[in-house]
Amino acid sequence: MDNFAQVVVDGLMNGAIYGLVAAGLSLIWGVMDVINFAHGEFLMAAMYACYWLGSLAGIDPTVSWIATGAFLFLLSAVAYKAVVRRCIGKAAMAPLLATFGLSIFLKNFCLNRFTPNFRLLNNTALSGKTVNIFGAIAPVPQLVTALFSLVVIAALYYLIKKTRTGWAIQATAMDAEAAELMGIDTERVFTLVFGLGGMCVGIAGGFMTGYLAVFPEVGTLFSLIAFVVVALGGFGSIPGALCAALLIGLVESFAGFYIAPVVKYVAVFALYLAVIMVRPKGLFGW
Amino acid sequence: MSGALLQISDISCYYGAMRAVEGVSIDVAEGEIVAIIGANGSGKSTVMKSVAGLVRPRNGGIKFGGEEITGTPANKIIYKGISYVPEGRRLFANLSVRENLELGAFREKDRRVIDERIEQAFALFPVLRERADQTAQTMSGGEQQMCAIARGLMSGPKLLMLDELSLGLMPSLVEKVLESVVEINKNGVTILLVEQMVQEALEIAARGYVIQVGRVVRQGTSEELLASDEVRRAYMGM
Ligand SMILES: Nc1ncnc2c1ncn2[C@@H]1O[C@H](COP(=O)(O)OP(=O)(O)O)[C@@H](O)[C@H]1O
Ligand SMILES: [Mg+2]
Repeated sequence: MDNFAQVVVDGLMNGAIYGLVAAGLSLIWGVMDVINFAHGEFLMAAMYACYWLGSLAGIDPTVSWIATGAFLFLLSAVAYKAVVRRCIGKAAMAPLLATFGLSIFLKNFCLNRFTPNFRLLNNTALSGKTVNIFGAIAPVPQLVTALFSLVVIAALYYLIKKTRTGWAIQATAMDAEAAELMGIDTERVFTLVFGLGGMCVGIAGGFMTGYLAVFPEVGTLFSLIAFVVVALGGFGSIPGALCAALLIGLVESFAGFYIAPVVKYVAVFALYLAVIMVRPKGLFGW
Repeated sequence: MSGALLQISDISCYYGAMRAVEGVSIDVAEGEIVAIIGANGSGKSTVMKSVAGLVRPRNGGIKFGGEEITGTPANKIIYKGISYVPEGRRLFANLSVRENLELGAFREKDRRVIDERIEQAFALFPVLRERADQTAQTMSGGEQQMCAIARGLMSGPKLLMLDELSLGLMPSLVEKVLESVVEINKNGVTILLVEQMVQEALEIAARGYVIQVGRVVRQGTSEELLASDEVRRAYMGM
């Protein structure tokens, strides 16, 4: 029974974090029809930023997530202005290849500057603490990251659904020309959406650095899972992404515990293949 | 008409190499209802789009309230006091009626003004109050058209441009919608109207312009146009 609770808690904690990473990707896709292949490397950038803030300036991840969230908002908005915007309306593959190029650049930049070594912040404020949830032991850094991910996803959802800015974002996604006629500067909306997408991984990356090692490849697995989550959840749907992310987290942790650790991602991608063959628009897509 | 609110002077518009509008001049005085009529594909929407900033005229100029507005981007035009209700309504399909109206007043920051305008919209089209929380796509064509007009009014424009209101509506509804246009005009909004329902449009307009393959071929008061055999034969099937 304790094992079961542990597996569930582990799965949900990971799932919530996947949800936040995927929410950013899904938002950008939903509004702009652009798959941001550099999303995982943005996560990596946030983690490095948080790592350096911690190791050089002694700022704890429980605080530095604010800085990394803001940093990634800017980085992502600038990436849109400098790279992505120039490709939109050209060949269909252009934005995809451009963001792919950006991801290779970021990864190799960090490899070159920071070496491929794993870097882990020691003695963070929450490290070593655990709480007991129905017999499962949850490390506090992970738990806080997961809970905070849920809060950020909810805030993002609220922004999109309930505020005038959010309606402007939705309007731009539905009919950009009509949105322009309302006085909405759709270029600014696109920049904002890219910024928000980056901010999601900025916040996630900030918290995760409290317990995960940083290295140039760290974003790869997360972005792969985020793509699966977005596809399963139905492109562009934030609640869909959250449900799919929790499901993926659970599948991963159940397969890892009850079958074998080495098959956990096999199970995740097998689930993805199975669902996509039956429902190409995802579990929660239209 | 140098004191006109809207002055379109000799504009030509192209889509790539194809010329859609050639040397069109149209004046609209403050408080007027003016109709542009013409066959499908004759360039009516292009004229409106060039005022709305969606198409940039290659030659000629557009003035509004004496100010040069040629080439002003679409998202700035509404700030000048011009609102364009595009052909086919172009509502935000998955947003509610209320959210659509809110977006029509996107430039307005004062909450009280927005709420007041929403109330005015509901007074003009009571059915929208009932539908306020429904998504736009769940409404009938007539209701959607009313919502589109209401959304166009939310910015408190001086000039409202209405492109093919009657598209896909039953004749009885067309009459009702055009009646509301008259009411809007009485409240002080100048109207430029594009219509294929020529008789109905000219009945509410003071003046009209007839466009054929991108050129104004005739202009005059509605009485003159309605009395013209040429217009009656070409556009009213008589
Ligand atoms: N976006 C566009 N791209 C290319 N050609 C267009 C476009 N919009 C309109 N046209 C062409 O321009 C001409 C005028 O169109 P339009 O102004 O829509 O006419 P109307 O509103 O009178 O039906 C037509 O020949 C039409 O095919
Ligand atoms: Mg037209």
